[in-house]
Order: sequence, then structure tokens, then C-alpha cells
Amino acid sequence: MPIEFKKRPGIVAYLTTGDPDLATTLEIALAAIDNGADVIELGVPFSDPLADGPVIQRASGRAVARGVRLTDVLEVARQLRAARPACGIVIFSYLNPVVRMGMKNFCAATADAGVDGVLLTDMIVEEADEYLAEMRANKLAPIFLAAPTSPDARLKAIATASQGFVYAISRVGITGTQQKVAGDASQLVARLRTFTEPRGIPIAVGFGISNAEHVHAVGKFADAAVIGSALVALIEISKSSQAPAAVGRFIAGLRA
Amino acid sequence: MSMSANLESPVSFAVGARAGRFGVYGGRYVPETLMAALEELEQAYAEAQADPAFQAELDGLLHHYCGRPTPLYFAKRMSEQLGGAKIYLKREDLLHTGAHKINNALGQGMLARRMGKRRIIAETGAGQHGVATATVCALFGMECVIYMGEEDMRRQELNVFRMRLLGAEVRSVSTGSATLKDAINEAMRDWVTNVRDTYYILGSALGAHPYPTMVRNFQRVIGREARAQILEQEGRLPTAIVACVGGGSNAIGIFYDFIGDKDVRLVGVEAGGRGTALGDHAARFQKIDGGVPGVLQGTYSYVLQDDAGQIATTHSVSAGLDYASVGPEHAMLHDSGRAQYTSASDAEALAATSALARTEGILPALESAHAIAEAMKMAPRMAKTDILMVNLSGRGDKDMGILAREMNLQGAKG
Repeated sequence: MPIEFKKRPGIVAYLTTGDPDLATTLEIALAAIDNGADVIELGVPFSDPLADGPVIQRASGRAVARGVRLTDVLEVARQLRAARPACGIVIFSYLNPVVRMGMKNFCAATADAGVDGVLLTDMIVEEADEYLAEMRANKLAPIFLAAPTSPDARLKAIATASQGFVYAISRVGITGTQQKVAGDASQLVARLRTFTEPRGIPIAVGFGISNAEHVHAVGKFADAAVIGSALVALIEISKSSQAPAAVGRFIAGLRA
Repeated sequence: MSMSANLESPVSFAVGARAGRFGVYGGRYVPETLMAALEELEQAYAEAQADPAFQAELDGLLHHYCGRPTPLYFAKRMSEQLGGAKIYLKREDLLHTGAHKINNALGQGMLARRMGKRRIIAETGAGQHGVATATVCALFGMECVIYMGEEDMRRQELNVFRMRLLGAEVRSVSTGSATLKDAINEAMRDWVTNVRDTYYILGSALGAHPYPTMVRNFQRVIGREARAQILEQEGRLPTAIVACVGGGSNAIGIFYDFIGDKDVRLVGVEAGGRGTALGDHAARFQKIDGGVPGVLQGTYSYVLQDDAGQIATTHSVSAGLDYASVGPEHAMLHDSGRAQYTSASDAEALAATSALARTEGILPALESAHAIAEAMKMAPRMAKTDILMVNLSGRGDKDMGILAREMNLQGAKG
């Protein structure tokens, strides 16, 4: 399935898989898609999430404590694909669980689960030769992060190596909510466009995007908005049985 | 799903870029936000290395401020009692601030100043790197924030006081096992957030390129001095060199100038903790329930982890060795066989502390006591003509609270 943003801005929903449990993550993902999310990022819980703020750190910690593994995340992806053949599915992970599985095994298993793309938080383009080769062999889209601090030469390499979309980080820092969308974001997207446009690769903006106002602001200059910590925080305060409906309402309200 | 086939060939994870590689290990695995800063650092470090004035100022400060060269001391009584090799101690414990850590903190502090960065952050385990960094920041008038695990703040309380006295802000980290690994996570989060004006003084030969190379180069002075000193005192090279290995900066510092001397055995000593099960030690090179290659905090090296790739908790009586991964250059030396790695348990380290204190009147840091423990095992099996050099990387004043509790010294509470 190619990753597509049908309406602008598209919505990418990040979920820490297995928080509160695997079955609920699947229900939440279904509710997000049915209420307008174009892409689900299934986060792989990791013991040392050094790019994440307190909300995702806590969710990741709960899921790790429950014993959620990369193979479990791929199983949720498989079920999600079976239930919603047209949605975009991205595996979002730190590198070590993938290295432990083996890059070749990981890419084959990920493709087999019906996933579209992969984003590895601590994988930079210069180190990605084997990763890119395995991704290509399995027809998976590698998605790289672009940062406000990345000089143009890096943005070019990132845009060239990415498929599906490029994930533009809205500001320097870790994941988590913020008051408003930083000025960094529009400047970064403008610089990235030079390199993504010729290849027709869309740009999603994430980090700190947490309400309809932010999504509207991002929609003025980017193709999609990534909602992460805001969803994870909503799930944290909701009862398991009510989390899917709460997330569905939240997503529906983002483009209102 | 079984991963066992993959585990038998741990180096199958292919090498991408060549920069900062030690064999297949090392590299750069960080969030993209940090890449510009790492490239800037690499460039600035290369320029500083090529600048004779930088090296001259560093040498001057190492001599006049830190007290280099440190002595290479023949431990006569201990050698006689063990009845084997002649034991020499490289006395990094006599260095200003009490450990080898100042060699690197001073070098990086000068680099930060040269780069115009006014805000310094660092992580610390035992507190020695934190104290060294706080010292350098006081010397250069720079703002200093130190991240330290809550557990480490408790067990190395004296060093927390020292850092605060020196004007540093010490921020406690309560996530994970609240030790060194968690302090590095938090320091990296700070760096990602404040990357435009902040310099991260990493304390060991760990992390993303150029840190492992840069930290090793700042610590090389230990081995360079020791080589000249042993040639002067004995007229020949040592039979073996022993050093403790947490991240591995004191070990790589003393090993490096001897790597080409194939007859000199290099022995790294990891923390054996309270047992051999995963979670009870920090022996990354242990054969069973030890580490396998993986990526933690920016570098590819041996990592203690479970079979799903979650980082394992670790245990050691010494906060400075209590870490799930190890410097990538040690991973290379391990695989090539050029260095051998072994471990000493908590109990052996405590016994070695007491033995060195009573035979030589020298109180080693608990970290360095792991190297002493291995030397005590090796020396009796060696010839009287053999020379065993031990890197005494730090002094034990900071460990009084732990020693009092663990050894039930008279007058200690609880």
C-alpha cells in the first residue's frame, strides 16, 4: 500500500504499541483511521527512549514492563492491515530492537505483516546502507527524520533516501506538547521542499503538534501533521475500554 | 520467533559510514537533530588537534593544574606478599580531583571554550567525571549542569556535595535503574533540546563519533607516560597491563600506546557484580548472560540486553562500572583478541580495596579496585621477573560511605 495523504493536511497518528495493552492499541488504531487518520505509526516500546519526552517515556516504560516485543508490534500491524487494507502503517522504533532481530529478518517480517514504511529514530542516512538495501528488497518505505539543525546537504541526503514521506521535526528537542508551532518548522519545510518536490515526496511535521489549531497551522506549509504525545497522554488518562472512542473523537476534531 | 541463528553471528550488522569505526563497532546512531552538532564538534576537534597552541595549553594545564605526570609506583610490599610479578601502579588517583577523568574533561572543556559554547552539560556515574567537569567549568567560568542517577547520588553523595561546591547544578535522574545509563539518556535529551548553545562533555570513550576517538586521545597521556616511565625504571616493557572497564576510558587510555607491542598483554576488568545472571553484573564480555552487539546511546558495541533488544539492568558495587554497554574500541580489541576481558565481583573488589590499603597505604576507588583484584589473581601465577602494570584510575575517598556499610567498619551505622 502506498502512503497517501488524501486531504490536506494529512494526519499521522503515533501510538506506543502495547500501552495499555496490544488489543487496545489495535482498537485505538482502528478508531483513529475511521475518524480521519491517514497513517498509523506503531511505536515499538524501548527501555531507553532518549529522543522522547516524559509522556512517551512513561508509555514506553509501561509497555516494556508488560513484555511487549517488536514481534508483538508486527502482529498488531498484521491485524490492522487485515482490518483496514487501505490505511498507511509505519513501524516507528529505536534501532536496538531491530538490530537484535537482525536487519534482514526485521525487514522481511515487517513486509510480511503488510507494513508500508519504517522510521528508526537513531538511524541517520550515513549509516543506513544495509538498512536501505533490505528495505528496498522488501519494497518498504524508509522514512528519515529532518531537523531544524540539519544543513541543506543533509536535507538533500534525507530527502533522497526517504520514501512515503519525510518526517520534519518542528523544533529542536524531544517529543512532547508545546504551546504553538515553532517558527523553525515552516523554515525547515521550505528548505526541504527544494529536495522533496522533484521526487514528489510529501512532508509530515511532528513533535509538539497536539490540537486542531496546530494541525491547521501545519497545514498551511506541510502535507501532514504527526500527532504523538497528545494521543499517548489521552490514552494514559483514559480507561482502556474508553480509549478508542476518546482517540476517535480527538482525531475527528483535529481537522474540524 | 527464535533469534538464536542471528545471535551466533553478532557482527552481521553491516557497517555503513567509515567515520569513527573500530572494526565493525562504533559509528553514529543518534537523532538527526544532533548530527549538525556532531559534525561541528568533529570539525572543531580536528582543528584543535592540528593547533600546536591548543596542545601546548592543554599540556601546561595538565602539568601545572592537574599534577601530571602522575607517578608510576613500584608496589613492593604487595608484590612480595603475592610472591610473583613486580606490580607497578600508575597513580592516576593522585591527579587533581582524584581520578583520570580530569584528563578528558579538561581537554573537552578547552574545546568547548574554543567553540564559543558557554553552557556545559555532562553525565556522571561515580561522580568523578561530574566533579572533573564541574572543576573545569569553574576554572573557565562556564555554566555547568550535571546529570546523575538518583541511586548514584545516594551512593556517591560526597561527590554530589563536591560538584555543588564547585558551582555546578546537579540534576537527579530517576528513570530506569537511576544509574549511569539513565543519566546519559537525560543528558542527551538536554543536548537535543539546547544543542545550539550547549556542549556535552561525555565522560567515557562511548557515544557517537567523534566521542570515542576524542576521549581516548585525551586519555592516551596515561599510557604514553607509563611507557616512558617503565622503560626508565625497568629498562623494558611490562608483561601485562590491567585496567578496569566501565565505559573504558582509563583502560583505553593506558592500553593505547602499547597496542603495537604485541608481547604486552592487555587485560580489561569488568564489574562482575553479585552474580553471573543478566541483571546482576556489568560484564558485557561475559560469555554466558553477557552482552551481544547492539546500539545504545549512539554507538554500536557490546550491550547487555534481553532477547527482544531491551537494555538490561546492571549491578555493581561501583557506580563507575555500572553500565550496560562498553566503548566500541574495546569491542574491537575483544573480538581481535588483542585485549582480554575478565571480571571481578563486588566481593573481590572490596577485598582488593582493603588489601591495597593495608599493604601499600593506598586507598583505591572501588572501580580501580576491580583492576587490583585481577592483579592479585594474576601476580602469583607470574614469574618474579615479570612486570604487571595496573592503572590505579582513581582514589577511594568518595567511597567511604559504601565501604563503611559493606565492610562493617567499626563505628559505621547500619
